[in-house]
Amino acid sequence: MSTFWSLWVAILSILTLVLVFSLLYWNMKNYAGVEEGKSMGHEFDGIEELNNPLPAWWTKMFWATAVWAAYYLLAYPGLGNYEGFLGWKSSIQGIQTIAEGKEKSAKALEEGYRVQYDTELRDAEAVFGPIFEQYASQDVKTLAKDEDALEIGKRLYLQNCSQCHASDARGGTGFPNLTDNDWLYGGSPEKIKETLMHGRNAVMPGWSSSMGEQGIKQLTAYVISLSGREVDATLAKAGEAKFGVCAACHGADGKGSIAHGLPMGAPNLTDDIWLYGGSERAISETLRHGRNGVMPAWKDILGEDKIHLVTAYIYSLSNNK
Amino acid sequence: MANKHEIVEKNIGLLAIFAIIAISFGTLVEITPLMFMKDTTEPVKGLKPYTALQMEGRDIYIREGCVGCHSQMIRPFRSETERYGHYSVAGESVWEHPFLWGSKRTGPDLARVGGRYSDEWHRVHLINPRLVVPESNMPGFPWLEENVLDGELTAKKLSIFKEYYGVPYTDEDIANAKASVAGKTEMEALIAYLQSLGTALK
Repeated sequence: MSTFWSLWVAILSILTLVLVFSLLYWNMKNYAGVEEGKSMGHEFDGIEELNNPLPAWWTKMFWATAVWAAYYLLAYPGLGNYEGFLGWKSSIQGIQTIAEGKEKSAKALEEGYRVQYDTELRDAEAVFGPIFEQYASQDVKTLAKDEDALEIGKRLYLQNCSQCHASDARGGTGFPNLTDNDWLYGGSPEKIKETLMHGRNAVMPGWSSSMGEQGIKQLTAYVISLSGREVDATLAKAGEAKFGVCAACHGADGKGSIAHGLPMGAPNLTDDIWLYGGSERAISETLRHGRNGVMPAWKDILGEDKIHLVTAYIYSLSNNK
Repeated sequence: MANKHEIVEKNIGLLAIFAIIAISFGTLVEITPLMFMKDTTEPVKGLKPYTALQMEGRDIYIREGCVGCHSQMIRPFRSETERYGHYSVAGESVWEHPFLWGSKRTGPDLARVGGRYSDEWHRVHLINPRLVVPESNMPGFPWLEENVLDGELTAKKLSIFKEYYGVPYTDEDIANAKASVAGKTEMEALIAYLQSLGTALK
């Protein structure tokens, strides 16, 4: 705050308080011209109005607020740039980047300020830090057998992941089931953690313009046939001939990118597990318009230690049978 | 001294004038300086003006009354930042006119919802929230998917923000505004807006 505004705030605040309490003081005197406790001269049905002063308990409380106001303005940052003798701040404000905030937090701590938010974080870190640290040093497979670790992982999951993958982790249309050991990007602890940390962006292109309606129909039939369902054999045969472009991601056998050690997360088409639905209509819709599944990145939101525990929980879902 | 207090007690108009003067001290002390302070008028480093589509989405957010149930203000308490992310800072809101901080949290805070869910999740969720969050009591907004924007007023909106509020839109932004939203659905606009929320502070 510039000196002008600082003075503005300080002077107006003090002036207001002085005015308020002068007003109280002024009204403590008897201006009525009638002695205290005596009748004001009105009488209604035998009820008289007496000239009584303000109640003593009430005025004392009013004066107590004056004392409190003075203490408060000396102790806490209330008067412009004056910071108060307690050195208290609610949080670091006026920052332009998170890095700047961290820098200012550290500096405030060094200079002996009591930043309430930072203190809360520090106290929590003292309690929870060692717990997370201890878990972070263990590998995911060990944690997947540790009930306490799984309980923490589950809570984090319910809070942050269940909105898409559902509270039972069985997912929904467009959001993968995490319990069936069928993976798009790999089910090893490292791969699960990578997915959680950095997110994923799946790109299934749409083929309606290049394949045409008939082509989509043929490919749909072939894709359905891959998981052993009955289809029109001629259509499937024609679809198979067009499957070459699909093979780049799904593999020539349609078993998906994992089976072929590819990174793009193309699903296995032969296992009858369908992310966007396995009906003829859903599959042709996928082929026609493509799909762009997005898994957000959680590195900056949860941090690695918490993700480690979520990884263990997710790993346990399909490996603790 | 005579009983001058009686004058105020017996003239209600005068009492009102004095009351307004007394209350205005609060405004003068607590609000006026904020309009001139660097802390509250300087945008955070990563702040970008809303794109034309996001701006339309923001207006839909206002129209549908989202602010009645969702706040956009993360307070500096650990209990909040654990769930929502870094607390909100003034520099993130300097180009918000009007701001949509809200004060009611029937639903969660949305100040940093950008990037937390996929576009597809938002689409499904806005059509019928129960499809993805079974216990949700949020209403569905299926018409967003059907209503198509014509972009007639988009350029005007951007230029108002530029001229009156100093939001740094270029002439090119304004010239392209209509073309970049026309034909898009309200759903797309709202999702674009939601995905931008809280991503400026890095």
